[in-house]
Amino acid sequence: MASAVSDVSITETKMAETEKKKVIKPLKNFPMEEYINSGHRACQGCAEVLAVRHVLKAIGPDVVMAMATGCMEIISSPYPYTSWTVPWIHIAFENAAAVASGIEAGLKALKRKKRIPDKEITILAMGGDGGTTDIGFQALSGMMERGHKIIYVCVDNEAYMNTGIQRSSSTPFGATTTTSPAGRVAPAGQMTWKKDMVAIAAAHGIPYTATACPTFYNDLQKKILKAKEVDGPSYIHILSVCPTGWRVPLHKAIEYGQLAVDTGVFPLYEVENGVWKLNRKPKELKPVVEYFKGQGRYRHLDDTLTAEIQDKITARWNRLVKMCEADKED
Amino acid sequence: MGQKVGIEVSIAAADAVGLCDVDVVAAYPITPQTHVVEHLAELCASGHLDAEFVPVESEHSAMSVCCGSAAAGARTFTATSAQGLALMAEIVYIASSMRLPMVMFLANRALSAPLSIWNDHSDTMMVRDCGWVQVFCQNGQEVYDSIFHAFKVSEDKRVSLPVMINVDGFALTHVIEPIEFWTKEMVKQYLPPFQPIHTLHPDKVVTMGAFGMPEIYTEAKKALDVALWNSGPVVVEAWNEMAKLTGRQYLPVEKYRTEEAETLILAMGSICETASLAVDEMRESGRKIGMINLRLWRPLPTEELIKALAGARDVIVLDRALTPGGANSPLTSEIRTLMYAEPNRPNIYCMVAGLGGRDVTPNDIKVMVDTALADKHTGHYIYGVRG
Ligand SMILES: Cc1ncc(C[n+]2csc(CCOP(=O)(O)OP(=O)(O)O)c2C)c(N)n1
Ligand code: SF4
Ligand SMILES: [Mg+2]
Repeated sequence: MASAVSDVSITETKMAETEKKKVIKPLKNFPMEEYINSGHRACQGCAEVLAVRHVLKAIGPDVVMAMATGCMEIISSPYPYTSWTVPWIHIAFENAAAVASGIEAGLKALKRKKRIPDKEITILAMGGDGGTTDIGFQALSGMMERGHKIIYVCVDNEAYMNTGIQRSSSTPFGATTTTSPAGRVAPAGQMTWKKDMVAIAAAHGIPYTATACPTFYNDLQKKILKAKEVDGPSYIHILSVCPTGWRVPLHKAIEYGQLAVDTGVFPLYEVENGVWKLNRKPKELKPVVEYFKGQGRYRHLDDTLTAEIQDKITARWNRLVKMCEADKED
Repeated sequence: MGQKVGIEVSIAAADAVGLCDVDVVAAYPITPQTHVVEHLAELCASGHLDAEFVPVESEHSAMSVCCGSAAAGARTFTATSAQGLALMAEIVYIASSMRLPMVMFLANRALSAPLSIWNDHSDTMMVRDCGWVQVFCQNGQEVYDSIFHAFKVSEDKRVSLPVMINVDGFALTHVIEPIEFWTKEMVKQYLPPFQPIHTLHPDKVVTMGAFGMPEIYTEAKKALDVALWNSGPVVVEAWNEMAKLTGRQYLPVEKYRTEEAETLILAMGSICETASLAVDEMRESGRKIGMINLRLWRPLPTEELIKALAGARDVIVLDRALTPGGANSPLTSEIRTLMYAEPNRPNIYCMVAGLGGRDVTPNDIKVMVDTALADKHTGHYIYGVRG
């Protein structure tokens, strides 16, 4: 699969034989090419690596990817092996957006000076929720503000999974992690509400930002294709069910993704040039308890806490619907 | 031959970067580095330099952008000082271990606290073991010449390592000196285009920055150590080539009036100019004293250093950084370790001076020499403490 070259940190990859096939629009023709090979070390049933797979399928082979430290980096690149059949670099935890900024700037200069062929290359940066919403927040903000043409994808499994399920600012209220355990003083476990990253990205005035979930892979791929087309930064926030960290059965990741969307816990929407749009609007939201059921991280929640969460989720959903309706009328 | 002009050293250095036709500059402002970056921004904005100027939101991102751009195969430059270097330190280590060529202009400044914008070497000593090629400059011409040299060494396939140019803040960065400029033709002759070994490009897929299990980590670190040692001859070769072009010969270890010297002062950076004045005065009064200017800090020119020091009776090291609670200060520790096994090793004394911009005059240096020779202290001696 891979062979070592002079430098220990570089692993050379043979191009997938599927190289350079045109990426076809999703829905009708699902891209068959794989850009992250099987044989990686993700846990069984991991929907985070599934998200990565769909993102890359949508972009196709002409991509350069910068990845933050985290599960997806560790499972894919134990030297001298690599799962990646696209050019890939990992530098550190908090700087995928900055590394990608450098790649974009470098390739741009080299193309302008005609030192490399003028080929369209998509620059992709990717980090977990920790690497994005916490420690990498500043680098991401800088990348968006400076206007680099980069797709930034956050694969959000709602905690620092790589280091053993610690809370992040993307961990939802009520979920337990090893650093937000439920107890007498903190009955909910995580006592803070999930950071609203898409709103923050939209506030940067970038041309495209959206939420996605690999359960809805057509929607996900469509959004990546949209992001690829815009002239500037884009930010895609992908809910990625982690059976290990959420303590759910291994075969349930897809189902929980569906429930997260259909309960309004994780709505699918996009903000294109400042216009908000819901991408999936269930006739009626399912109650959040249906989503909580069977998740070990929510097992401690009593009726009062559940009701509190339900109220907040409903209110947030209503506000989102209103914003999208208003933009539709404009 | 180029033209000689009176110019601020920082501006000249930025002009040199421009002459190198750099592709990407990423930096965050911090005194006393600012003039370098401001001038580069100007060159880009006015179209005199065709480069991407990335005005990052922190030094951590500056170094991260540099890693990305170097990995993409672009000629890459950054500049910083003290707190900025501290913030980027995590990535500084990664840049060398991943063998990413780039050049950093480090305007040496004291580390906080207390906050000080003034010069010493505590910033660079903090990242002493980062695996970069590290050089020190004595004067403005040397700073200017070092830019071309640094790119040449860094991008040489036998090296492929980042290079750090240490330039004393204010003492060098902000002074106006007569500097002989290079012409475009000279640069073209001296500095070949950057041809990286591996780049991030879909046409040839590589994975960079894989993680190392215990069975490979030691080998990776050994590889870096070997690479850095092997860069030594290339550093010298590039200086020799420059001498042919400019007539200015730089050496890793420079000697000043060392003939028959019993006492040697050893230092790095701009303090060497001051020390040479002190040597002149002491020589005039009949004392057998000389000076060693250590220009190449990493890789340490061990043989040249041993040869330069072995004949002396006493060596006084002017250390511009402190190792609190340690056996000795960084430069002295290094010199002592190096000389330990030498049969006729000199006495080696440590004088810590010029911290946080404290002025060091030729007279101070004379006093330090006399103090060391009389006092014969084994630990470090912090010179000039008041009260
Ligand atoms: C500066 C720094 N701090 C801490 C760490 C340790 N660390 C590595 S990965 C990680 C958590 C990753 O969490 P997330 O970004 O959510 O990705 P996940 O593993 O959940 O996919 C942490 C804390 C590090 N590598 N670097
Ligand atoms: S811990 Fe979670 S996110 Fe990480 S590999 Fe396992 S299932 Fe995937
Ligand atoms: Mg996570």
